[in-house]
Amino acid sequence: MEGSRRDEVDCASIDDLFQGLRREPHNLLEALRRVQSRYGYLPLEGIKKAAEYVGVPLAQAYSVATFYHQYSLEPVGKYRILVCMGTACHLRGNSLNIEFLRSVLGLKPGQKTTSDGIFSVEEARCFGCCGLAPVVMIQRPEGKNEIVGKANARTLRAIIAKYRRLEGGAG
Amino acid sequence: MPWSLLDKCCEKCWHSPKTPCPDFINCSLSGPLCHSDEECAKKRKTRLEQLQHGEKGAKIKVPWTSCTLATGAEAVYQAVVDYISKRGLDITVSISGCYGLDFIDPWLEFVTKGMPTAIYANVKENSVPKLIERYFLDQDVSGAFALKEKTGNAKGEDEVPLLSELDFWRKQYRWVSRNCGIVDPESLEEYIASGGYKGLSRALKMGPDAVIDEIQKSGLRGRGGAGFPTGLKWRITRQQRGTPKYAIANADEGDPGAFMNRLLAESDPFRIVEGLTIAGYAVGASRGFIFVRAEKPLMARRLQRAVEEARKYGLLGTNILGSGFNFDIEVILSAGAFVCGEETALIAAIEGKRAWPRQRPPYPAEKGLWGQPTVINNVETLAHVATIMAEGAEKFAALGSDRTKGTKMFCVTGAVKRTGAYEVPIGVTIRILVEELAGGAPDGVKIKAVQIGGPSGGCIPASLLDLQVDYETLQSAGAIMGSGGVVAISDENCMVDVAKFFLTFTSAESCGKCMPCRVGLRVMWSILDKITQGKGQEEDLEVLKQLAETVRSTSLCALGGTAPNPVLSTLRYFMDEYEAHIKKGVCPANVCAALVTYLIDEDMCIGCGQCAMNCPANAISKLASGKYRIDQSLCVKCGTCYVVCPVRAVKKTSCSGGGGNG
Repeated sequence: MEGSRRDEVDCASIDDLFQGLRREPHNLLEALRRVQSRYGYLPLEGIKKAAEYVGVPLAQAYSVATFYHQYSLEPVGKYRILVCMGTACHLRGNSLNIEFLRSVLGLKPGQKTTSDGIFSVEEARCFGCCGLAPVVMIQRPEGKNEIVGKANARTLRAIIAKYRRLEGGAG
Repeated sequence: MPWSLLDKCCEKCWHSPKTPCPDFINCSLSGPLCHSDEECAKKRKTRLEQLQHGEKGAKIKVPWTSCTLATGAEAVYQAVVDYISKRGLDITVSISGCYGLDFIDPWLEFVTKGMPTAIYANVKENSVPKLIERYFLDQDVSGAFALKEKTGNAKGEDEVPLLSELDFWRKQYRWVSRNCGIVDPESLEEYIASGGYKGLSRALKMGPDAVIDEIQKSGLRGRGGAGFPTGLKWRITRQQRGTPKYAIANADEGDPGAFMNRLLAESDPFRIVEGLTIAGYAVGASRGFIFVRAEKPLMARRLQRAVEEARKYGLLGTNILGSGFNFDIEVILSAGAFVCGEETALIAAIEGKRAWPRQRPPYPAEKGLWGQPTVINNVETLAHVATIMAEGAEKFAALGSDRTKGTKMFCVTGAVKRTGAYEVPIGVTIRILVEELAGGAPDGVKIKAVQIGGPSGGCIPASLLDLQVDYETLQSAGAIMGSGGVVAISDENCMVDVAKFFLTFTSAESCGKCMPCRVGLRVMWSILDKITQGKGQEEDLEVLKQLAETVRSTSLCALGGTAPNPVLSTLRYFMDEYEAHIKKGVCPANVCAALVTYLIDEDMCIGCGQCAMNCPANAISKLASGKYRIDQSLCVKCGTCYVVCPVRAVKKTSCSGGGGNG
């Protein structure tokens, strides 16, 4: 991931991000997605650039950025732990799993991201892997996702340990 | 790269996207048609044989879909590749879609000439070498989960049933999912070899009006939930004067518990691309869109790839197969909003706006994308279209019930033994889906209800399992067929909690445009929350019912219009559970955290310490006896100890004012 996550990001030269994308208003969703995948969230400057590029007012781009779940206006953890809150996952224990994750990561109510910026825990909508419920997905910074089926306290603890190790003693 | 069926057989073949041949599809399989040459015919035959058994006469198929990847298919794939190269074996490794049988994930399929094709279930990467050795080197199929076909000369054959002999296969009718798990989803060649694009070839020769007639004759109704007749929708769109027109595939599959669209798109994406092309042709559109749900990125990638492949061979673009029809498709990935499944909201999302639904009429058929006539069909509907055009309307119309023809895919999950996606003729009973196909409840629990149709659907009690699944029957029972998600709810689940869960979902997903949905659902949620805390009062139930009716009848779109269904249906069939919470302060299923206490049965405790080690609140401590005990003042009721205890010594109780029931 480029740019520093926590500090002000420099969005001056992000035009290359939009390469190959036609300058049409209907490409706004895609333009915002590209900004987010570079910075990990949507900095205001990035929203402005996306709006400018596809040719819509900033107000429209901002209203879109605040509407859809996958956009985040604040920095998120390096590893986003998305806990499926679909029916089968709920019935099979994900409401317990998310509480477990929040408590082992020491997240206070309303806090989404750990103070070291490594993990964030979020509720997510159904991934369509209901047969393996409960399901947890870890979005890694390089864009690769790890899907964990039949998650429970034990497997989740192991996963957190695995990513902590990857971070080389960061926690 | 070996010669492909889609390549020129010799200099005489003139098909290319620029000079399209109307017989390209037929010719690829049984050609050459424009010239006669035995070599060219033989080439095709050999290639078809190769596709079946691999170029080397032996093939291993690894399912590469979201569900199998979640269970470790990537590591299994790597293990297969590593072992084959280490041993220098002449075996082709290819990827495939998924059979929809989640309980066997990840699986492997071994194919070789002269032996029955064998499927191995729940494969771990370290067992891969042994499996390969046994099947390919020892020619022994023992240990296989199922065989696909008999060739009659294998040892151990009697021990393994054919896939089609197994209960969960026999009662299915794999019409639209016929290729799922069978073909390589990234290979247009395999799709065409399996009969793909026959439907489009036929359609282009019939003309748009005859195509619409054919779809009307089949009786196909939209599979996204509402069940509107597809042919009629097309006819109305075709009759509109405005141009350009658009065709959209709704792949924003958002109902939790429904994944048939993802399965289809990941396992057989070309069928959807073909179906959308036929829809575009029938209504007179030149531009198509596939709008894919944000949470299903592999689905989007597969569809994107399918579009690019189709374009490469002139099956999208200008003058498709020499018919003069121009059509191209853009795959758009959503950014995550459940309401996008609603057609007018989806249109707003494609336009790059907030996905706000709008008042209908005018329907999209009259004024849709950018104000132009637009046809929107669900992914499964479009896959049916391609199949019907290839197989003929009569075959489809012969399946199903009186009112609704054909088959439907259902995803059965929750408290069942064999979770997965099953395709059955419409009109079978819920019991067949839940018990015969999905194997009924796992040992130790009972199914008390079945939730059908996602957040817009309702909960049907186990006593009504013999209801037929079709649009009208389910509606009269207070549920809807919806997209076909079927979640079995066991006696370990609380129905009030289930109702609250759905409202948590729909109130969070309410787009906020209209008041009844935005505020009404929120208020309904608070009442349910109060009840699950044991603080409910009897008059709450009346208010809840009134609110539900108001939200249902006054919301702008179907999200709000159907969101009260889970509440209304649980009130209708499970009033006793609501009353237990309100009158006795008890959660009969021991689910609602505020009403549940966790205790360790010291007679059963083996002192392993798992509970204390995993307790996030450090509420569990060791007694002098070596057993463990939970400090109730510290317990956060997360249930972790209950899950990790290897001997089930942690007990849940829900009781009011003492008098525990163990």
